[in-house]
Amino acid sequence: MSIVGPLLIASLWVVPIWLSTRDTDQKTIEILDDSGYFNEKFTETSSLKFEYIQTDLVAAKTEILSGENYGLLYIPRINIDDPEGITFFSGKNPSIEVIQDLEWAMKSVVEDIKLERSSIDQATLDSLRADIDIDMINMTESGEKAGSAGVATIIGYISALMIYFFIFVYGIQILRGVIEEKSSRIVEVIVSSVKPFHLMMGKILGVGAVGLTQYVIWLVLSIMITTGISSYFNIDRKDSLPAQTEQAEIIQEDQGNEFVAEMFNSLESIDFGLLAFAFFVYFIGAYLLYGSLFAAIGSAVDNDADAQQFQLPVTIPLIFSLIVLTAILREPDGSLAFWLSMIPLFSPVIMMMRIPFGVPYWEIALSLTFLIAGFIFTTWLASRIYRIGILMHGSKVNYRILGKWLFMKN
Amino acid sequence: MKDINLEVPKQSIFGLLGPNGAGKTTLIRIITQIIFADTGKVHFDGRVINAEDVRKMGYLPEERGLYKKMKVGEHLIYLARLKGLSRNEALTKIKYWFKKFQIVDWSDKKIEDLSKGMQQKIQFIATIIHDPSLIILDEPFSGFDPINVNIIKDEILELKKNGATIIFSTHRMESVEELCDHIALINKSNVILNGSKHDIKQNHRTNTFIVDYTGEFRNTNEHFLVTEESKTDEGYIRSTIKITNDQSPNDLLSLLIREVVVHSFQEKIPTMNDIFISKVNEELNA
Repeated sequence: MSIVGPLLIASLWVVPIWLSTRDTDQKTIEILDDSGYFNEKFTETSSLKFEYIQTDLVAAKTEILSGENYGLLYIPRINIDDPEGITFFSGKNPSIEVIQDLEWAMKSVVEDIKLERSSIDQATLDSLRADIDIDMINMTESGEKAGSAGVATIIGYISALMIYFFIFVYGIQILRGVIEEKSSRIVEVIVSSVKPFHLMMGKILGVGAVGLTQYVIWLVLSIMITTGISSYFNIDRKDSLPAQTEQAEIIQEDQGNEFVAEMFNSLESIDFGLLAFAFFVYFIGAYLLYGSLFAAIGSAVDNDADAQQFQLPVTIPLIFSLIVLTAILREPDGSLAFWLSMIPLFSPVIMMMRIPFGVPYWEIALSLTFLIAGFIFTTWLASRIYRIGILMHGSKVNYRILGKWLFMKN
Repeated sequence: MKDINLEVPKQSIFGLLGPNGAGKTTLIRIITQIIFADTGKVHFDGRVINAEDVRKMGYLPEERGLYKKMKVGEHLIYLARLKGLSRNEALTKIKYWFKKFQIVDWSDKKIEDLSKGMQQKIQFIATIIHDPSLIILDEPFSGFDPINVNIIKDEILELKKNGATIIFSTHRMESVEELCDHIALINKSNVILNGSKHDIKQNHRTNTFIVDYTGEFRNTNEHFLVTEESKTDEGYIRSTIKITNDQSPNDLLSLLIREVVVHSFQEKIPTMNDIFISKVNEELNA
């Protein structure tokens, strides 16, 4: 899994890119234009080719039925102010994409005609258009930096998701591990050598260490594979481009470079030292917090199926924090964001989303204090349940019994 | 558990007996410090037990279990190291026991590939690999065939000879009879019988004798009571005769000799099985 994982992750990025760059079959569309406005006005694209015909509609329709061409666009004599009756005939249901392309092309033709009618030429029109691009500057005490909501969002999302997935995947692994030890009865031999608390912490830390190693391998391999494959595809694409579009491609590339440059500029606005530190501590804190809860659940039940009912209350806060991310994104400094980042169950995911947008140090410090208190509390809670749970077999456990175990003396 | 007060003599085999649910496992778990008593203390080597003492104990729980995916060798090393052995010490011990049990080539086998009996053997080795001074065995013979039962029995006796104290919990009374020096019987969380096997048997003698004879026995003495009469395969009549405490076996014998031809005369000594059943029933009726 350590090796296959990164391949799977890389394929998540690469396959859609590959699919979208793949050449689709060029479809031929017949144009029967009774209005005369659209003759030779459609431009050929990589997916669409146009043939202008002059027969009558009935003959054209029968030809479409023969199946050689994709479809027939019939334009009757239309009133340019109220174009109606334009119809697309095809053997199959046409794709939305094709229809939209046709509609866009016709729209611009009609607009041009209307513009001409109001004696505005293309040059005048172009000079009327405006292009506005707001530069974002983050002001900090150490100076001004280019900011970017986009970059902050991406970084926030990635780090929040990484914490979320790590807890989920390895939390479940802790749960499974504890259930296995309990149901295979090895646990009684081991707790006759070490304290239950030590066994539990050993399990949590051990799975955590395995997980971190796996994560790092995944991360490195994923980046390697993704960059490797995507650079391969870039080269591939350039080679296959027809000569006349090179010009456009260069312009696009320039824009792309500009975008990348802007991204890099705005990366400066993010305090990566703080981000790395926060990621590390929230990561560890969240893992310990949730990990001990998963260990407690595992100790209380006899098999995976019984674990379901107790798993839900633990996973819901985790899923909830992922769902509210969009709301946090809308207002990274709002009161919802603030309060959720004070609650240890939510704070790791929420804070990772917020930190790229800038969070005051005192808030981070306060939130971390609560998180540490939180995981000390859940570890205590879990160890109380664990020490009794692992030796209990066959009895159905419910929340009342768990509560009783909690306050049972040693 | 209530007012449990037991003393396990050093270098003895101590049978911890009792019906299902009597509290044997709970008591064992308290001794091994898996759980803690609300009140009361456990003494070990003449002082109050401490957390370090678990390293001198070897515990074989009734419900056996090992990590299925691990290899035999590394599993034993892991368990031995939990008891404080170094890796090399563990390896030496494993070699010794593998040779003794003639399973030298098992080290690289996975636990899940072993049969249940073979796994039990591994677990037995795991229990004693660190030379514990106190060995607690909960139903050690379950899952073994008669040949392996004997191997384990011999091992237990040898461990005792080498100085270990063994607490032994079982329902198999014949192995209690065979192995144990001391016995405690627990029922419903109470100790109802406690002492050396010899003393307990002495105390449970009922002055009952089994006589095989030919002829007709007319019981003229009110101190003698024939409780059972049957025929043996050899054609003798077998009577079970209880005599009152003020009478001696000789009194019975002299009466018998006058009346019948005695072929065999034997005191009926209660088995541990009898004692167990009568004691537990006594409690039940009380």
